[in-house]
Order: sequence, then C-alpha cells, then structure tokens
Amino acid sequence: MTGDWLDIGSVDQITPGNARTLPVLGGEEIAIFRTTSGDFHALVNRCPHKQGPLSQGIVHGGVVTCPLHNWNISLKTGEALGEDKGCVPVIPLKVDAGRIFLLRDAVIGKRAA
Amino acid sequence: MEFQIGTEPMAGSEAAIFVPSNDAREHLVVIGNGMAGCRAVEELLARDAGRYRVTIFGAEPHVNYNRIMLSPVLAGEKTFDEIIINDRTWYADNRIDLIVADPVIAIDRTAKTVTSQSGRTVAYDKLLIATGSDPFIIPVPGKDLPGVISFRDMKDVDAMLDAANRGGDAVVIGGGLLGLEAAQGLTLRGMKVTVLHIMPTLMERQLDEAAGWLLKSALEARGQTILTGADTAEICGDGKVEGVRLKDGTLIPASLVVMAVGIRPCVVLARAAGLDIGRGIKVDDHMVTSDPDVLAVGECVEHDGNVYGLVAPLWDMCRSLADGLTDRHTGYKGSVTSTKLKVAGLDVFSAGDFSGGEGCEDIVLRDASRGVYKRVVVKEDRVIGAVLYGDTADGGWYFDLLKRGENVADIRDLLIFGQAFASGGGALDPKAAVAALSDDAEICGCNGVSKGQVVACINAGACSLDAVRAGCKASASCGSCTGLVETILALTLGEDVQSGPKTMCKCTSFGHDDVRREIVAQGMTSIPEVMQKLHWSTPDGCSSCRPALNYYLLCALPGAYVDDQQSRFVNERMHANIQKDGTYSVVPRMWGGLTNPRELRAIADVVEKFNAPMVKVTGGQRLDIFGIKKEDLPAVWADLNAAGMVSGHAYGKSLRTVKTCVGSEWCRFGTQDSTGLGVKAERMTWGSWMPHKFKIAVSGCPRNCAEATIKDFGIVCVDSGYELHVGGNGGIHVRVTDLLCKVSTEQEALDYCAAFTQLYREEARYLERTAPWIERVGVDYVKARIVEDDAGREALRARFLFSQQFMQDDPWAERVAGEHAELHQHIAQVRPLETV
Ligand code: SRM
Ligand SMILES: Cc1cc2nc3c(=O)[nH]c(=O)nc-3n(C[C@H](O)[C@H](O)[C@H](O)COP(=O)(O)OP(=O)(O)OC[C@H]3O[C@@H](n4cnc5c(N)ncnc54)[C@H](O)[C@@H]3O)c2cc1C
Ligand code: SF4
Ligand code: FES
Repeated sequence: MTGDWLDIGSVDQITPGNARTLPVLGGEEIAIFRTTSGDFHALVNRCPHKQGPLSQGIVHGGVVTCPLHNWNISLKTGEALGEDKGCVPVIPLKVDAGRIFLLRDAVIGKRAA
Repeated sequence: MEFQIGTEPMAGSEAAIFVPSNDAREHLVVIGNGMAGCRAVEELLARDAGRYRVTIFGAEPHVNYNRIMLSPVLAGEKTFDEIIINDRTWYADNRIDLIVADPVIAIDRTAKTVTSQSGRTVAYDKLLIATGSDPFIIPVPGKDLPGVISFRDMKDVDAMLDAANRGGDAVVIGGGLLGLEAAQGLTLRGMKVTVLHIMPTLMERQLDEAAGWLLKSALEARGQTILTGADTAEICGDGKVEGVRLKDGTLIPASLVVMAVGIRPCVVLARAAGLDIGRGIKVDDHMVTSDPDVLAVGECVEHDGNVYGLVAPLWDMCRSLADGLTDRHTGYKGSVTSTKLKVAGLDVFSAGDFSGGEGCEDIVLRDASRGVYKRVVVKEDRVIGAVLYGDTADGGWYFDLLKRGENVADIRDLLIFGQAFASGGGALDPKAAVAALSDDAEICGCNGVSKGQVVACINAGACSLDAVRAGCKASASCGSCTGLVETILALTLGEDVQSGPKTMCKCTSFGHDDVRREIVAQGMTSIPEVMQKLHWSTPDGCSSCRPALNYYLLCALPGAYVDDQQSRFVNERMHANIQKDGTYSVVPRMWGGLTNPRELRAIADVVEKFNAPMVKVTGGQRLDIFGIKKEDLPAVWADLNAAGMVSGHAYGKSLRTVKTCVGSEWCRFGTQDSTGLGVKAERMTWGSWMPHKFKIAVSGCPRNCAEATIKDFGIVCVDSGYELHVGGNGGIHVRVTDLLCKVSTEQEALDYCAAFTQLYREEARYLERTAPWIERVGVDYVKARIVEDDAGREALRARFLFSQQFMQDDPWAERVAGEHAELHQHIAQVRPLETV
C-alpha cells in the first residue's frame, strides 16, 4: 500500500500560497504547491513555455503564474490557461494524516531512462 | 431477565464478573458509550428490537451525551443535563446493560470475551468497537504540567470551568474548529484568551484566506488575541502551567493551556487484539473489521482510506452497520462532509472542494457592510464547493446541490444570492429581474440611491459607470452594487454605454486610484481586508492585483504592515533576479558606483566559490554575478554581507542605482562633488519600495556623463548649484527629464529628492514609472507640490524619511539569519535508486 506512495513531508512545511521543490535524482524536479484555500498539487517544475520554474510563481486560486513570462498554469491539470497553449505533467498527490504523498511511479517515471 | 445500569460515578470494583443470565439471544458487546456506539444500538433497535442482547462499556462516568454540544456547555449556553441523548430510562427500557467508568482493557478474539479495567470479563457473539478518538498532544516540553488539558469530554470541560473560575489568562493551541470553540467558551467565562495557530489562516482546512481573515477579525473584535504562524516551543511552569513560549521567543502568560491541535483514532485495543489497522481500524462497507465477528464504527475506523472527525458520517455508518447486523446489506459508501462553527453570532460554513483550478468557476459575493463573504465553486454546471461567512442560511441548500450533483446551469446567475432568489419568482434572467424593480427600489445601500435616481442620472447624460458614480454616488463607496448599476446602464442606454477607466484587474471594478484612496480612508491593513471591503470578485486576487495591493498597503502603513511574501513577484521574494534557466543573478550595492579592493575581493571569491559562470559590469555601474542556485543564495549573501555589502535591489520595484560621474574631486570640468552627492542620495533612498523601479543619477557638469536627464530623478551640477530633473526614462520609449527647479545647496537637492520620491510613492499607480506618471498628472502639478508648497514638500520629505526607518534593513542579512529559509530549501529529495 504505502509502497505506491512516497511520503515527502508534513503539510506544515508549505505555507498556503507557497510552493516547495522536490529534486529527483536523474529525473525532473517536482514543484509542490499549497493554495490559499489549503489544497495541495504537484507539477513537474517546468513551464510548458520556456521551462520556467513554476515553483517560483505567484499562486492565486488554483493557478500559478510562471515567473518568467507570466503564463498562467492550472495546478490541477497542468494546462496553460487563456490564449496560451501547453501542458506540464501533473504528479498525483494525496494528503493523509497531515503528510503529503506523491504517486511513486509518477515521480520515478519522470526519471530519464 | 437481568440487566444492570451503571451508577454515576460507579466504582468499577464493586461489580463482580457480569454473568449473562438465561438470555439465549446473541450477545452484542459495545466498547464505547459515545455518539457512534449508542447511535449504532439505536439503529439496531429500530430495525429489530429483540434480536440482540446488548451490553455497553463506557470509559466515561456518564450516560450517552452529545459530544458536539460540549462547546455550548463550556460557553454557558447549555447544561450537561440538556445535552444528554439517552438517559438511564432508555437503557432500562431497552434492557441494555450499561457499565460506565470501566474501560475495556483487552479483547480475546479466540475466547470471544472482553475484559474491563475492574476485572469484569464478558463473552460476546458480536463485538462493536466504538472508541472514538484521542486528542493529539504536541510533544513539547511541559505538555504534562497540571493545567494543560485537551477538549474532548465532560471531564475536560469541568477542568476548564474550574480554571475559568479562578480567572486569569488562557492559551488555546490550535485555531481549528475545536480550538476556536474552546477559546470562545473561555472568553465568555471571563478569561483573557490567546489562540496560537501554526498556519497563517484560521481553520485553513475548512476556510479560504478571505473567510479566515473575516473570522480572525471577528474574534479579535471579541477581545481574543489570535496569533497565526505561531509555533509552540514549550509550555513553561514550575509544578503548574505558567505560560507558553513560542519558537520566536515570545512568552505568553497562562494559567490554563488547552491543546486542540487534532485527533487520532483510538485504536490501542483493536491493535492489541491483532485486527487490521491503518490510520484507523479498517472496516468494510458493513463496518466489519478483519474479524467477521468484530465490527467498528465512528471516528476510530478507517473506511476506504478515509477517517472522519465529524458526526454526519457516523450516522451513515451506523445505518449501514445496523442493516448489516439485521441481514440487510445496503453498505456504506463514504461521506461528503460540511463544517459549521458553533460560535454564537459567527456564521461560518464550508463544504466540498473550493481549491478552484481548471474548469472551475468561482462565484463570489462580498457585502462589506453586512460582513458577508460567499463563494460557490461551480464546475461543469455543478456545485463542487462552498464557503460562506456571515450569512450561512443557504449552506444546507448548496450542500444539497453539491451532494446531489444537480445541474445548476439554469440558475447560475442567481445562485450566489441563495435559494430564495434562485428558485423563486420565475425571474431567472438577472436583467429582467433588475428591469422589474420599481423606481423606489434601493440600488446603493451605502449612499441611499434608488433605481429612479440612477436612471435619472443616466438620462441626464451619464453614460458610463464612472459618470454614474460621480453623478449620483451609486456604487461609489463599497462597489457591491456595481453589477446592478451596470445592468441599469445597459437597460437604459443599450449599446451606448461607455466603458469607464481601466479597473485594476479583472478581480475588481475599481481603478488603482480608488483602491488607494479607500485603503487610506478606511484604514485598511491587510490584503484580505481590502478584497472584502471592496468586493473583490475572486477569492484571493490574481498575479496583477496582489503585488499592487501589497505595495499600496506597505506605502500606507510604514512600519506597521506585514509584507505578504506570497504577493511578491519571484525576484522580490528571492531578493535576486531570476534568469531564463531558473538560476539567479546577484547584484550587490556599490554606493554611487564606488567600490574598493575588499568588495572586489569578496565578489571575486564568491564567483570562484560558487562557480558562477559569469560576472559582468552592469549598465548601472555595478557588478552582476550570474548563475547562482536558489539554495546557494543565502550563502552567497552571507559572504557578501561579511565584506560589508548589502542588496542592490536590481530586482525590485524599488530604488535601483544611483549613477554618478567623477565630479569636482577629479574631473577638470567638475563643478560640484557629484560622486559624494550620489552616495548620499543612495544612502538616503536605498531599500525604499516604489510603484516601479526608480533610478537616480548625479552628473558633475552639464556634459552629463551620468546620463542624469534620462533618470527618474537626475541632478546636474552647475557652478551656482544643482539643477533637479524628474521623469526621465531609458528603455523603449526614451523620455528626457523635465526640469523641476534649481537649488543652491546639496542639502536642498537631497530634500527635494526625498519629497519627490515620496510624492511618486504615494500617488503613482503600481507599475507606472515616473515618466508616464508625470505625463499623466503634468509637470506643473509636481512643481506645485514640490517647489511651490514649502510646507507640503517638508511634510512629504518627513514621511519619506519616517518610512525609510523601516525599509533599510538589508533583506539579505535577514535571509542569512534564517528568515524564510524554506524559500531556499527543497522540501525533500528523491533518490530513486533502491526500487523500480
Ligand atoms: C543587468 C542590467 C543589464 C546589464 O547587464 O547592464 C539590466 C538587466 C535587466 N533589465 Fe535593465 N538592466 C540594466 C540596466 C538598465 C538601464 C541602464 C541604467 O539603469 O542606467 C536601463 C535604461 C534606463 C531606464 O531604466 O530607464 C534599463 C532599462 C530596462 C527596462 C526598460 C524600462 C523602461 O521603463 O522602459 C526594462 C524592462 C522593465 O523594467 O519592465 C529592464 C529590465 C531588465 C531586466 C530586469 C529584465 C527582467 O525583467 O528580467 C534585466 C534583468 C537581468 C538580470 O537578471 O540581471 N531594463 N536597464 C542592468 C542592471 C543595472 C543595475 O546595476 O542594476
Ligand atoms: C467539543 C467538540 C465539539 C464538536 N463539534 C462538532 C460539530 O460541531 N460537528 C460535528 O460534526 N462534530 C463535532 N465534534 C466531533 C464529534 O463529537 C465526534 O465526531 C463524535 O463524537 C465521534 O463519535 P464516536 O462515537 O466515534 O466517538 P466518541 O463520541 O468520542 O465516543 C467514544 C467513546 O468511547 C469511549 N472509550 C474509548 N475507549 C474505551 C474503552 N477502552 N472502553 C470503554 N470506552 C471507551 C470514550 O470514553 C468515549 O466516550 C465535536 C467534538 C468535540 C470534542
Ligand atoms: S536589454 Fe533586454 S536582453 Fe539585455 S538585459 Fe535588458 S532586458 Fe535583458
Ligand atoms: S517559461 Fe513560463 S511563461 Fe515563459
């Protein structure tokens, strides 16, 4: 059971409206977001536009604004909103008993072969 | 037939082993005389009253009472007798053996018996575990001191009432539902209460930022002190509680500490008995555990991965359980929950998912005069979440729509106004509804303007929202009737409505100037407060308005406003410039473009130590170190700080550089000490946050080598003094400065510079540089304020210097000292070597 999910830390480690990063050795860095409503989302930390680090953007509603050229990316689907087109992979995440879990395969699958 | 009813309190040892009498029915033994245990028995009796013989063990010395009503008991609104659910006659009438004040301490599944603390051993055919939860106690020093209590049962309430009778200070740790209800009760009982909450917003699991802010303000108005972001380090005291110390060193005196930080399913017995345990006792859809003869229900169970901490799910579970025990296999399918806070006069409701996101539409209604905030989240024409503050009358209706997954497309436009509006009267088209209003109907509550007056104003020539606001004041104050006024405009003029000046962003109908004016006029002090009072149409703004509001508040409340990091663009949050590859560049301040061997050496060392791929002289007369990782930033700054250098704010809407030329000290044409004056100007203005970036330059003679006439504030030295220039700009649209005036002393040059800077800070719109600002207001206006009004200039200068007292702490030094360390550290790392 727990083998399917990676426990990456307690919810208190991310304040609402903020994001933290999770480097994956040999793979792609993941950004974990907490919205001001207290929901958690994880995306690959790479903007579909020009690879901007989404973890560093401003979070509002369920959206993060990329710090490089202000694309708005949905935290739920990873899709660029509005006129912009593109999508970044979403990493399945669950919160359980105050801990944040990421789907192991999705995290490790992002590792370059 | 024989049954036994426990007396209150009952000494456990008095009772001998309870021997089942000659009752041939199957024996159901229940562990836990709480809400779920008794409800399960009630449901069972309702289906088949005679089927089981029932024995209930309770650890508490009471009959079954309504635990959620402990809050009103604490608050003095109810007595214990009033919250009893089942009194002794119920047990007697249903021939239930109740054994109180005698917890079960062991289950023997092979022998099918349970044994209690007093030594009773009772055999069962079916066993039901309903042991509820245990309060979570945070493991800090002093947690066991007398005076530290939790909030779970009647004994805790008695202890709190005891403490309240002695008066004094109470600290409640935990700003969730339970903690706030405890705090309210203790306040009403006369204690001075401080609530410590580790997160930035109260009840963050149930409320969004906007509602959390309203709740905090309301509790503060009731005299409670609410500290958010407060991390408890220790509970202090010698033999009894005397205070709580936070990790930041603050000491809060207290004779009572209530811990209400959360609950954990109580599974000790079940675990010892070898049942399957996850976070709770694992049960199937019929509440059966891994042993077919053992059932479990209530907060102690885990069903389909979920554990619950509210009563509504328990009722559903109890129904399925009773169905199962009477051979009707309906099965429990999990529950959707909603939350309501039980504090008199504070109406708070939340349900479902309100995180927003793709495909979700937020419908927000704010009514500042009534203190109302409502937010309904709709996705694919279905309600998926709701947060209500101040007016929760429609909570049940939204929750019902949500649970039933009803299509709300037809009532979408009226949904937020509640059930009465949305489902009544037939007028589903909001336009038709407004058209149907009588001329006497009040449109703007703040200014008492009727529909007739608005129409008259429009007929007299007002053809935009702004003109209506100016003409009859409708929607000019809080803005909540803006939608109505716009509809009246459309109804009256059709195509001829003119759009007004640009609003700040799509979240509000107000422009920048209106927002700034209202922040000052209404004395607003936080972003959620502005959003509430000015009726923002989104729950937490967007990436345009958040930074603007943060700046406006910072400017209005020097020293008092707590900067909101989440409203800062990345560069200002990291105090460095983000680069296309996600690394940062670091520019230390070089006062007036001057440097020395010590600084140069420190920069050279940093470049080598952190393998910076490039170092470059900037167009602003200083050095830029490129390619620094966010994790390394604090260490880089520590090294630069050690050599006496501070942040150059090359990243900020703030004072950037002060460019100078060599001036009279060395140059054969120099008329004044332009370098020295530049350094003084930079020392005075550095650290100041502005609507946009702000650059200064000082040239020593009209040859103007420092390019002072394309700077925001430029000084050109001449024989007889100093020419002051304003509103210059390089960039795409080069703008040469306007001459403001000429002054004769260095001190005057600095004073005018301070006054001009403050005027710009107070009056320009966010992201408006001095050049477009001056184009908009006219240089004559600036002259009138700075040159012609001596007292006004002096006041502006004084306000600037006052504000600067709080701005000139080097942000790098704060980070080096550990502030916001989380911004620079990864949450964890994955080294996926061991598996796959
Ligand atoms: C580093 C530097 C170029 C250099 O290597 O020389 C530079 C770099 C950037 N400039 Fe500049 N500007 C630099 C001097 C200038 C100058 C020259 C000056 O200050 O005398 C100008 C023209 C003068 C002026 O501002 O009016 C200048 C006019 C701009 C503009 C256009 C501003 C305008 O109002 O039109 C932008 C765009 C903006 O701010 O929106 C800009 C924006 C930028 C940004 C911040 C672009 C961005 O948003 O990422 C660049 C950041 C690079 C980085 O990460 O460090 N930079 N930039 C210079 C830093 C000076 C310093 O020491 O702080
Ligand atoms: C102050 C307060 C306010 C609340 N407000 C709300 C609210 O507004 N809305 C809402 O939905 N929920 C509220 N709750 C939560 C709600 O009370 C619980 O969800 C509910 O009581 C859980 O029922 P339960 O039967 O699982 O546990 P409990 O009601 O706690 O019953 C468990 C019982 O088992 C007993 N027990 C434990 N171990 C043993 C043992 N070994 N032997 C014998 N007996 C044992 C315990 O003493 C306890 O009496 C509130 C809770 C509190 C404390
Ligand atoms: S001129 Fe353009 S490319 Fe060069 S630093 Fe400025 S913004 Fe960047
Ligand atoms: S890289 Fe994200 S918007 Fe350009």
